Amino acid sequence: MWRIKIENRAVRSYKLSFLTGIVSVFLGVIFTGIIFALWGVNPLFAFYKIFSGSFGSVYGWQETITKAIPLILISSGLSMAFVAGLWNIGAEGQMLLGAIPATYIALKLGCCLPAGIVIPLMFIAGFVGGALAAGIAAVLKEKFRINEVISTLMFNYIIAELVQYLVYGPWKGKGQWGFPYTDNFPSSATLSVLGNTRIHYQTLIIAVLAAVIVYILMKKTRFGYDAKVVGANPSAARYAGINFFRNSVLIMLISGGLAGIAGVGEVAGIHKHLTYPWTISAGYGFTAIIVAALAKNNPLVCLLISVFFSGILVGGDTIQTSLQMPSSTINIFNGIILFFAIAGDYFLTHSVRIVKNG
Amino acid sequence: MIQSLELRNISKRFGAVVANENINLGISSGEILGLLGENGAGKSTLMKILFGIYSPDNGGIFVNGKHIKISSPADSIKIGIGMVHQHFMLVSNHTVAENIALGLSDIPFFFPQAKIRNKINEFNNKYGFDVNPDAYIWQLSAGEQQRVEIIKVLIRGAELLIMDEPTSVLTPSEVSALFNALKKFVSAGGLVAFISHKLDEIMDITDKVVVLRRGRVTGQVDTGDTTKEELARMIFDRDVALSVPFRDSICGSSVLEVVNLNVFGDMGVEACRNLSFSVRENEIFGIAGVAGNGQKELIETITGLREPASGSIFIKGKDITNKSPDIINASGVAHIPEERMKFGVVSSLSVCENAALKDQNTHMRFRGVFIDYGKIKELAERIVKEYSVSAPSVESIMGNLSGGNIQKFITGRELLAEPSLIVAAHPTYGVDVGTTEFIRKKLIEKRDTGSAVLLVSEDLEELFQLCNRIAVMFRGRFMGVIDHQHIDMDKIALWMTGVSGN
Repeated sequence: MWRIKIENRAVRSYKLSFLTGIVSVFLGVIFTGIIFALWGVNPLFAFYKIFSGSFGSVYGWQETITKAIPLILISSGLSMAFVAGLWNIGAEGQMLLGAIPATYIALKLGCCLPAGIVIPLMFIAGFVGGALAAGIAAVLKEKFRINEVISTLMFNYIIAELVQYLVYGPWKGKGQWGFPYTDNFPSSATLSVLGNTRIHYQTLIIAVLAAVIVYILMKKTRFGYDAKVVGANPSAARYAGINFFRNSVLIMLISGGLAGIAGVGEVAGIHKHLTYPWTISAGYGFTAIIVAALAKNNPLVCLLISVFFSGILVGGDTIQTSLQMPSSTINIFNGIILFFAIAGDYFLTHSVRIVKNG
Repeated sequence: MIQSLELRNISKRFGAVVANENINLGISSGEILGLLGENGAGKSTLMKILFGIYSPDNGGIFVNGKHIKISSPADSIKIGIGMVHQHFMLVSNHTVAENIALGLSDIPFFFPQAKIRNKINEFNNKYGFDVNPDAYIWQLSAGEQQRVEIIKVLIRGAELLIMDEPTSVLTPSEVSALFNALKKFVSAGGLVAFISHKLDEIMDITDKVVVLRRGRVTGQVDTGDTTKEELARMIFDRDVALSVPFRDSICGSSVLEVVNLNVFGDMGVEACRNLSFSVRENEIFGIAGVAGNGQKELIETITGLREPASGSIFIKGKDITNKSPDIINASGVAHIPEERMKFGVVSSLSVCENAALKDQNTHMRFRGVFIDYGKIKELAERIVKEYSVSAPSVESIMGNLSGGNIQKFITGRELLAEPSLIVAAHPTYGVDVGTTEFIRKKLIEKRDTGSAVLLVSEDLEELFQLCNRIAVMFRGRFMGVIDHQHIDMDKIALWMTGVSGN
């Protein structure tokens, strides 16, 4: 008789976490392939289209990097929150609440002050806006035991409605032919791009810096250590005298703040005005959850995985035009990868072997 | 109808541990049987056998003289046995009626609420329960919840009630209400098995008493023919063997000072009542008592995990009342917690990372904001070496170490921080003999180098071996404090069961 033997693993292995990541992506490819086949499309051809669309040309790479910017920012912030056991599902809304005050500054001050002042102000306002959205959820959690999954998720809708109210109502642009956009930002309030691309490099630099800083914060400092203990065993954290409230709120502030900066990058770098919430974010707040999960909450790994997922997003646009498949097919792919990535965590802490009885 | 119920020659072992051996006892209709004994004496195991949760290795259960087989709680309920657990098993977001209906088979399809309500009111009238069928469980006090549990059992037709330490969460007035209800129940022909380690209650309510110690019956008497003193002698071992003799020490100035401390427990019952005591340098001060008499709450309050209702706590003259655990840690208080896996370590982190858990260690190991992993590793290696923690490496995951090694690790981490006060809660509970001796030696070592030690334990041998003074805690009060020279087993046994007297 054969049976399955499950044991706890003695030591964490980085090789293994890499392997589970690869396997989850691979299984994602297989299951999505089945869906392509059911749709009547050769899966190999579909994947060729997706990846050649994003990684197969200079233009593809430009778009991929452009879309990786918000993913890097948001996933770095989320990885912090996840380590501390704070399930921030509200990066979507935090991003928008970053875009709103930045827009206000762009429209009020952009006319009369130089870019060197306006742009930093917009980023600061964006950070504060995003931090506020997440910080409220943290305070609600620590003071009133309101589950942060619910509150952050609900804030997404509230803030999206707020953006819609602004662009349809008081902030609707005079020169936008009736479209629900704000007026375009003046040039001193827009981000410069690399050459003919859409890569707003200022945000890219901030994003990469943020990933590195979050990495150092979480791996090398007292603050990150405390967060890890709070996330892994709240009772032990209390016993050790770690200040829960301060730790959780700070982490959520940074996490939301980085999402807010991503929002500034999108409105000031891509759209140049505030517009529909679903135009500002192509689901970055949710995709970043998968990025952080696959990166095992390591912000440096988030850098690489953000580029990969950004490629999938760009590839999704390609299959819509070339294969007439809905671009949301990509969401299935992402969902399946997340599913296996989370399931794979089990194998990081347990070894499962098939052994002979006797 | 159950006229009589007998357990004959019941034995039960768990591996090498004998939980019950050759136990004989009987109850008849109209009787309340008291089951006395320390924690771990085998009372709960015996009742779980009766209720069908465990099956005995030997022996049998006889109802009205006839041998019957009980292989599950469903069987015992059918026979008419009902168990009221010590920890309530109620759904707190549901109403009383809904909880009682849960799992009940003979509920009519139409107007089920009406039937349940009528039944509840019937029991209310019969036993003076006064339970509102439409109240939510979370609105009820511990005593009211217990009445719901009793109704749950009665509505299923129980004739024999097993009450597992029913008074541990009740206020005195709730206790007397419960006793009245139980008396009414038996006068109508019911049977009650009443588990307790409180002598006053046993004397009050029972008709006969069976005393268990280490899985064996050490006494069986009619309550009317015995005294508390006699029962106390049956509960506790007369001759506690000391493997290592006590070594005296000269105590210095006071380190911990507790003044008029009042603390509430989780259920809102007063856990500590006006406690005042001090622990001095070079002294081990022991707190004896059966678990659940306020020891846990006292320790949580001293270490900053629980807020006191009133009173003050001083460490070397510094007021630490209501301060957070990190400030208390920094004042030189080490804490070996009762639930070591829940509080003492983060089991998913490495041994190394766990070495840095407490502030009194970490404040010298973090350079500004950055962690000095080299130093943490040094500390972890020192703990592992000096406290002979057996771990593959300091990078191993904490949770994979054995319980004894985790306890040695926690002890090492706490004691190496050079604390002025060590608060140790059941430091050798559930660890092997070798580790037990090791931890005790280390505590004595620390005492000899000037630390004050507050030791809470249920193990009298441990307390006798280590403590300069022993206080006995019962229902949140000290029944008495005794010096090592004047240790009197009879006195301590009586105090532990709530009997004062000099």
